[in-house]
Amino acid sequence: MKYLEQFGIIMAFTFIGEVLKLLIPLSIPASIYGMVLLLIALITGVVKLEHVRETGLFLVEIMPILFIPAAVGVMTSVDALREIVLAVLLAITLVTVITMVATGHATQVLIRLQNRTRKKHRNHNDLGEDTLDE
Amino acid sequence: MNDFMIKSLFFGMVVSVLSYMAASAIKKKWKHAALNPLLIAIIIVIAILKFCHISYETYNEGARYLGYLLTPATVCLAIPLYEQLNLLRKNALAIIGGIFVGTATGMASIFAIAKILHLSHAEYVTLLPKSVTTAIGLGISEELGGMVTISVVVIIITGIIGNLFANVVCKVFRIQNPIAKGLAIGTSAHAIGTVKAFEMGEVEGAMSSLAIVIAGILTVVGAPIFSHLL
Repeated sequence: MKYLEQFGIIMAFTFIGEVLKLLIPLSIPASIYGMVLLLIALITGVVKLEHVRETGLFLVEIMPILFIPAAVGVMTSVDALREIVLAVLLAITLVTVITMVATGHATQVLIRLQNRTRKKHRNHNDLGEDTLDE
Repeated sequence: MNDFMIKSLFFGMVVSVLSYMAASAIKKKWKHAALNPLLIAIIIVIAILKFCHISYETYNEGARYLGYLLTPATVCLAIPLYEQLNLLRKNALAIIGGIFVGTATGMASIFAIAKILHLSHAEYVTLLPKSVTTAIGLGISEELGGMVTISVVVIIITGIIGNLFANVVCKVFRIQNPIAKGLAIGTSAHAIGTVKAFEMGEVEGAMSSLAIVIAGILTVVGAPIFSHLL
């Protein structure tokens, strides 16, 4: 019964996400609505962790395999890419690295700033550990 | 051969799963960082299809059902995220700020490339949502008048590149904090990158999952603004 219940709850959240996508005219997919709702449900205690955990982690674990069919589809689109090949190459390599570095460093700077102001305000020494700052 | 495969629903699925298992075994045996299981699996599948003269449509007839599971699997990313909730609460401002900077920088870089290479508006908006998860990026590209099929391909390759380079980029550019690593990967390489983030650690994986959501929403809001620039 455990897996049945977990699978049922996960499917229900997926379905609610789908309904929201139909109702809200934004280009946000069902999965994002579902994920946010499930997170809220877990935080508020409407859904307990043990009601979704094993089946949920199974789905997360097999996730890489789920991307394979779409990614293999790239083999049919080689011609379409040829037109703007230079822009595409720059976008997928350079821009991806720039985005990664910008996000990472901005986060590190902000965490450092945040820890410094917190230390000024009160003298807890467990904060460094909580934020995993090195 | 093709005839039987068209009738077989599970051929595509079995090929995908077995290829991934083979790729994982290869990774385990040689343990080299450049051996990316997802990329190797994709190459194995393409090689098998080419070698056996099986068309993508035939393969996808069955394999696409795997893709249907992507929606509930993404919903379940809420679970690792919930398990890291304390971290999220304590660093909320830094997290949102970091993702905001990354998303804006990414779109500004695409704008710069479009300007330098004299891309048309359609080509520009095709590339604009390249770092967000496929389902969001596809919608944005369509709405702004981009070429949707190319957007999807570019988004997927972006994810694979991010997945491949994440370790090296974090090392070379000294992104050391696990929160920062996870957010950097999720913001630049969405769900496919998140696979790598989970390999790095639980914190990285959870933060990368979070970044998919926030970067996705920021791009839904920001892309139409960037779209007006060219």
